[in-house]
Amino acid sequence: MTGFLFAQSATDQFTLDVIVRNLLLATRWTIALSAIAFIGGGAVGFLIMLFRISPNKILRYISAAYVEFFQGTPLILQLFLTFFGLSVLFNLNLSPWAAAAIALTTYTSAFLGDIWRGSVQAVPQGQWEAGTALGMTYFKQLKRVILPQAVRMSIPPTVGFAVQVIKGTSLASVIGFVELTRSASAISNVTFKPFLLFSIAAVIYFCLCFPLSVLSKQLEKRFATDG
Amino acid sequence: MTQFDSMGAIATADDSKDAVIVAQDVEKWYSNKFHVLQGVSLTVHRGEVVVVMGPSGSGKSTFIRTFNALEPYQKGSIEIDGIKLTPNMKNVEAVRREVGMVFQQFNLFPHLTVLQNVMLAPVEVRGWKKEQAKQVAGELLERVGILNQANKFPGQLSGGQQQRVAIARALAMQPKVMLFDEPTSALDPEMVSEVLDVMRTLAQSGMTMVCVTHEVGFARQVADRIVFMADGLIVEEGTPQEFFGNPKHDRTKQFLAQILH
Ligand SMILES: Nc1ncnc2c1ncn2[C@@H]1O[C@H](COP(=O)(O)OP(=O)(O)OP(=O)(O)O)[C@@H](O)[C@H]1O
Ligand SMILES: [Mg+2]
Repeated sequence: MTGFLFAQSATDQFTLDVIVRNLLLATRWTIALSAIAFIGGGAVGFLIMLFRISPNKILRYISAAYVEFFQGTPLILQLFLTFFGLSVLFNLNLSPWAAAAIALTTYTSAFLGDIWRGSVQAVPQGQWEAGTALGMTYFKQLKRVILPQAVRMSIPPTVGFAVQVIKGTSLASVIGFVELTRSASAISNVTFKPFLLFSIAAVIYFCLCFPLSVLSKQLEKRFATDG
Repeated sequence: MTQFDSMGAIATADDSKDAVIVAQDVEKWYSNKFHVLQGVSLTVHRGEVVVVMGPSGSGKSTFIRTFNALEPYQKGSIEIDGIKLTPNMKNVEAVRREVGMVFQQFNLFPHLTVLQNVMLAPVEVRGWKKEQAKQVAGELLERVGILNQANKFPGQLSGGQQQRVAIARALAMQPKVMLFDEPTSALDPEMVSEVLDVMRTLAQSGMTMVCVTHEVGFARQVADRIVFMADGLIVEEGTPQEFFGNPKHDRTKQFLAQILH
């Protein structure tokens, strides 16, 4: 009975106003985690791309295996493996926050690395040859000739993948990281209004992702017509 | 490098032969199986224009691409302006700085303007100041007749104009020798002569040139020597008069019958 009373009063406490405010506060963590995953994943992904296109066979194989692993396993398992695995392996007491940041960074790096590899390899071989024939070193060719062309091609899919990262952060709730989804779930446990809570959460995710999707599609169109 | 250049020039000037390219018994296999170059030797002297002809697949491109190490080779030796290009050499940039190359597909950098295309290597590789590179690039673009298009992007130019820019880009590195790999094959017929004219002027200015081309008129007028390749070997070589007037080998006669109609 007391539980019921508590729930009753909780429902009164959690007016729509309060619910939305709480969810928006939690959204900050969704955004923060997405940003970290994207920045960290971008940095690691750049290295992965360099390895993938390297003339060195070993670097190519290692990076290919890395990409295959993170693309070929569910993100939710990667989160579990990071949270429990790293704690056991290195005897760390990893916070959900740190584990989520690490797992999403590696996940993002694999996908961005692969997207960027594709863009670099889409630059015609003749561009490398022209740079080589002019006496430019490998990295000069990459920096001055190849990457400027590859970046143009990679912007639309990169922005598109940002949407996947934002949605992916919702899975961090399973290891106890309190972001938008976890927060919606927690509040619905006390208010008994799961449909309302998850609907609002969905709207917030949509507001974050939709502009990026539109941007990605527009960039794609622009680059396609620019040639 | 500049010090080395002048030293190199003096050293080779003493040499009565004065050879810019010395290729000896060059052999190459593709993927350990296909014997694409089966022992090719060629010496190109300073100021000489050599035209390489031969049927498709005979190894012409492969051969001239060994001169700037775009293609590695497995046997023989190549020396470019006194610098040995050993089969497994790692730092080949020194040789590449002295060898300009013009490709069939132009390979201009599409994200850079015409002027930037020509300036890029002198700044990045030779370490020139932007101002100096810009001035030299301007002079070269004027020489190939494209100065008024300097601020356009390659995609806005015709094929003939793009190829002339590509020639200017290669010349900007002030190479000792220029390699041309079928520079007019990708062009519409009406644009062939504007590119050949630039090449002719370049030859008259004393540039050492190796040109893979099937332009008979150009070969007759400009070449000092014509080299005929078939199946990974040099089958015959001689002056244009000898080559077109009195070919010795059956392969050469066959080939000439085809290209001369
Ligand atoms: N990367 C490669 N791997 C395997 N074989 C190759 C490769 N590049 C060229 N070849 C083969 O080597 C042979 C010589 O090629 P190359 O391009 O040097 O001929 P070419 O005389 O320039 O012919 P074309 O007139 O068609 O340009 C051809 O049979 C070609 O198929
Ligand atoms: Mg060829």
